[in-house]
Amino acid sequence: MSETIIETQGLSRRFGSLIAVRDVSLSVKRGEIFGVLGPNGAGKSTTIRMLCGILDPSGGSGRVVGFDIATQAERIKERIGYMTQRFSLYEDLSVVENLLFYAGIYGVPRSKRRARVDQVLERTGLGQRRKQIAGTLSGGWKQRVALASATIHEPPLLFLDEPTAGVDPVSRREFWEQIHGLAAEGTTVLLTTHYMDEAERCHRLAFIFRGQLLDVGTPEQIVQRRNLRALELELEQPRDAAELLRQQPEIDEVAHYGHVLRLTTRGGVDPEPFVRGVLESRGFTLKSCNVSRVSVEDAFVSMVREDEQQRAKAA
Amino acid sequence: MLTRPFVIAWKELLQLRRDRMTLAMMAVLPIVQLLLFGYAINTDVRHIPTVIYDQDHSAASRELQQSLRITGFYDLLGEVKSYAEIERALRSGKARAALVIPARYASNLRSGKAAQLQLVVDGSDPQTVGSAINTASGLIAQRSSELMLAKLARVGGGAGAALQPIALEPSTWYNPELRTAVYVVPGLIGVILTMTMVMLTAMAIARERERGTLEQLIVSPVRRLELVLGKILPYTVIGYVQMSLILLAGRVVFGVPLVGSLQLLYVLSFLFIAANLAIGLFFSTLAKTQQQAMQMSFFFLLPNILLSGFMFPFESMPRPAQFISQGLPLTHFLRIVRGITLKGATFPDVSQELVWLGAIFCALVLLTSLRFTKKLV
Repeated sequence: MSETIIETQGLSRRFGSLIAVRDVSLSVKRGEIFGVLGPNGAGKSTTIRMLCGILDPSGGSGRVVGFDIATQAERIKERIGYMTQRFSLYEDLSVVENLLFYAGIYGVPRSKRRARVDQVLERTGLGQRRKQIAGTLSGGWKQRVALASATIHEPPLLFLDEPTAGVDPVSRREFWEQIHGLAAEGTTVLLTTHYMDEAERCHRLAFIFRGQLLDVGTPEQIVQRRNLRALELELEQPRDAAELLRQQPEIDEVAHYGHVLRLTTRGGVDPEPFVRGVLESRGFTLKSCNVSRVSVEDAFVSMVREDEQQRAKAA
Repeated sequence: MLTRPFVIAWKELLQLRRDRMTLAMMAVLPIVQLLLFGYAINTDVRHIPTVIYDQDHSAASRELQQSLRITGFYDLLGEVKSYAEIERALRSGKARAALVIPARYASNLRSGKAAQLQLVVDGSDPQTVGSAINTASGLIAQRSSELMLAKLARVGGGAGAALQPIALEPSTWYNPELRTAVYVVPGLIGVILTMTMVMLTAMAIARERERGTLEQLIVSPVRRLELVLGKILPYTVIGYVQMSLILLAGRVVFGVPLVGSLQLLYVLSFLFIAANLAIGLFFSTLAKTQQQAMQMSFFFLLPNILLSGFMFPFESMPRPAQFISQGLPLTHFLRIVRGITLKGATFPDVSQELVWLGAIFCALVLLTSLRFTKKLV
């Protein structure tokens, strides 16, 4: 299956003089878990809202589940599920009432509504709490109800806008298992996040920064394209060492992790001999030195830094 | 899809059921207002506290005082001895009027000369002034014509002279006892419906916006009309319940009659309720929070109470005020509801008001649908 579910060309949106999204072109295939990454205010939510048809693009075009986002928004709305940042539930309604309401709104026939709601409650493990008032649930449970509401009509495409904000790690893990379950059944999932560990759970990623698409690909591709290498060191006086390392053009980033200093090198430079050379010539003694896996976070930070430096040069 | 409005209405009712405060307000408010307005608003001027400055102290002057008391309009507080005392009584608010009987009152009457009485009235409350002067001059005019006739009879002894040349016999229809409650209670139906309908709908959408659920609805396939219908449906029912409650309580507590057709009133009220809901909906497209929606509703209520003819007669308002008044649904509903309950008006009698209501409703729906879009920003 390589059916395209989302396809955009040069999608842009401005609010007055602010350009929230600039020239975003991407395509998402059926059954993919597609993550949109970026810092706060990068334009992630604006992009999702345009794809859902609740915000008109000021430029470019896009097709979602086969319909044009500018002219056929209502057709799109029937075929998507959408979970907002705030898990917009009716806090004064019970879990089951919330689900019945959304089932009715999304046109699940009356005769099938109860069965469908029961089925969703079962799948999300909400059965025990069906009668509980939504406002009294904890963050993790609210998130489950929100996901259940968004999938009540079995949409082929699911939009999740920062679905795990304010949710504890265990709930997040369970949530991701559910997302993978849905994807395995053929549901396409597009979500935004700024948690880098979550980014690695996506099939493909798009990096958005200042409203622009910096890179698109699988987590592995994105990491490879940056051509970074990572190393973890333990040594005395880590702050002085970090200061020294940051001055080297081959070093992309140095960061403290407890007692460990973690660094990445650019352009495929082998980090261990390079770092040893730099540090030992200045009299630092390394207690340990281990090659580490390059993460999506490394790639992301590297991309944002490079973008900032280019901007600084241009200005 | 016909089911969506009902799904939304069902949800609204569920939420309402859990919102004890609002629920209580909707049931208690009409009754409290009814009692408040029914008892407190009384434009009949009676029992004006009055002092007498009798400089004559004659049988005739005492007779005059007596006939003044009998009208029931004046409560005679007693005599004062000087103009200074009159001034003190009026300034302190102890008295609102003072009657000055001159020293030569009785002797002037006897000798057939004109007797000059003086009525001093506290003008800070214009409503009292009018009534006090009217009643007094009526009374005095009657006294003088009596005296005149008696004199004529003495002098001429003619038979035909016993008749007054012109007589006016007033006959008040529809509310013969001129009870204020009869007039106020039907109007109150309109005021309370305006208040609750506008506020409830304005808040109903503003609440969804405030809590973020509106975004969830906008992203759903719900059509605008379905959403509006679903929001309006439950509140229309509430409107009718309130209306019935006031009609019933007005009947039991104040004996407000229902002369015309109840069915006609219920049918015609629909347009009024719908117009108010449309106003509420329009406010909700402007308000970002429930608090703003509430403020707008109250702001809207004020001209309704003051300009619609609920408190002051429409005819005596200045032109610009009348112009504004015509745009308020309440103005037209008041004429309908008073017409039907008090005068037994039929459809043709109120059809003009209905045209007005219809026009206002259409304008509001147009305005609201222009403002309310299923898009963000």
